[in-house]
Amino acid sequence: MKVVIDQDKCVGAGQCVLLAPEVFDQRDEDGVVVLLQENPPAELHDAVRQAAQVCPALAIELAES
Amino acid sequence: MTDTMSGPEALPAFPMTRDAKCPFDPPPQLMAAEPMSRVRIWNGDTPWLITDYATQRAVLADQRFSADTTRPGYPVQSEAVLARRRTSRPFIVLDDPEHDRQRKMLTRNFMIKRVEAMRPRVQELVDGLIDAMLAGPKPADLVTEFALPVPSLVICELLGVPYADHDFFQACSKKLVARSTPADEALRAGEDLRVYLLDLVAAKEKAPTDDMIGRLVADQMASGELSREDVASMASLMLIAGHETTANMIALGTLALLEHPEQLAEIRDADDPGLIANAVEELLRYLNIVHSGRRRVATEDIEVGGRLIRAGEGVILANDAGNRDESAFPEPDRLDIHRQARHHIAFGYGVHQCLGQPLARMELQVVYSTLYRRIPTLELAIPFDDVQFKHDMVVYGVHSLPVTW
Repeated sequence: MKVVIDQDKCVGAGQCVLLAPEVFDQRDEDGVVVLLQENPPAELHDAVRQAAQVCPALAIELAES
Repeated sequence: MTDTMSGPEALPAFPMTRDAKCPFDPPPQLMAAEPMSRVRIWNGDTPWLITDYATQRAVLADQRFSADTTRPGYPVQSEAVLARRRTSRPFIVLDDPEHDRQRKMLTRNFMIKRVEAMRPRVQELVDGLIDAMLAGPKPADLVTEFALPVPSLVICELLGVPYADHDFFQACSKKLVARSTPADEALRAGEDLRVYLLDLVAAKEKAPTDDMIGRLVADQMASGELSREDVASMASLMLIAGHETTANMIALGTLALLEHPEQLAEIRDADDPGLIANAVEELLRYLNIVHSGRRRVATEDIEVGGRLIRAGEGVILANDAGNRDESAFPEPDRLDIHRQARHHIAFGYGVHQCLGQPLARMELQVVYSTLYRRIPTLELAIPFDDVQFKHDMVVYGVHSLPVTW
């Protein structure tokens, strides 16, 4: 799985950080998403999929291999 | 005859009325509506009503649907809101890029790590209020003694608003969320709050403070990105939003759990923060207290949910119905704190999704994990049928909740 984020779309709702804190963080100045791991391990895939599903700004895209 | 039948008078009126016997459920007429239909609102306009989950998400994620209340065709909530939005234009009624510019000035305050850092302080406030309630007379009104003070104290500390003034701003806030408030009264309440917050902004210009309003003054106002009026308008929005939502979730959530004692017992005895967090999501879904619909207007012809919405047509997204859509939530009318409800739309969806949601989640997690553990014999002090529900408010809940233990 490859995770791609779009910082321009992100609205800082923080849902991805709650669901997969190993993969997503927020930058201090405005809460916009920061990607910690582009290729998360398999045990995090469900959480990452859920983060992409609930992101209100459609700012997380997943390329599943 | 045909004309009358097909005219706006023949369409169902919105908002619809709940069944008094099922106070946790959305109105039966709403649940029976087609996924996309037309309704009639207070001013005679006939916007679309969208009830299914998938189409609501599609509309809310599509910025060709505008949140600007001044655009022709926007299905305004009430005469009071129409009057107020002529002068008060917080970012929730603006579209991008201006909406995004203003929202981004606030997001840092609601970052997950910031909110988590506030958890011990919220726990302390919650414990203090429970101590006071236990030391006071029985029965007690859970709304005035606990459900309202928790979010009120928290938002005051976060914003930098003196809690001592809470009677004043809670009264303003209450008027602004009642569907029945006449336009002139709503305008006055909004104006009173604006003047109060402008004074507070002026005070923080003279003596800087390290809180949300203080930082807006020191950073964005000083740099000219925001005017004094902008800061007061943002503060007003945060103050109202911080009160009326979490408070209702605390009281109505407690009532719902008292009606589902086996689930209340699980929450009370839970050692797993994950179960508490899951229960919060399910209660948000099940109760969906923002029950007057999110609203938009199409800025061009848009095909969505298999129908064509024309430019200038209004759209009402019934989140309460969407959160009871069985294609998204199996057995949707059942409260089940173990279900996977994380994809609910109680906070809305799209770029306008609730900014304060991390704070609301944290406050509710602290409350639900503490209140029933500290007061294991908590019970309703009046018959369930006598509870007064907020049918007439923009945000649903209970007017009071007499409890004993």
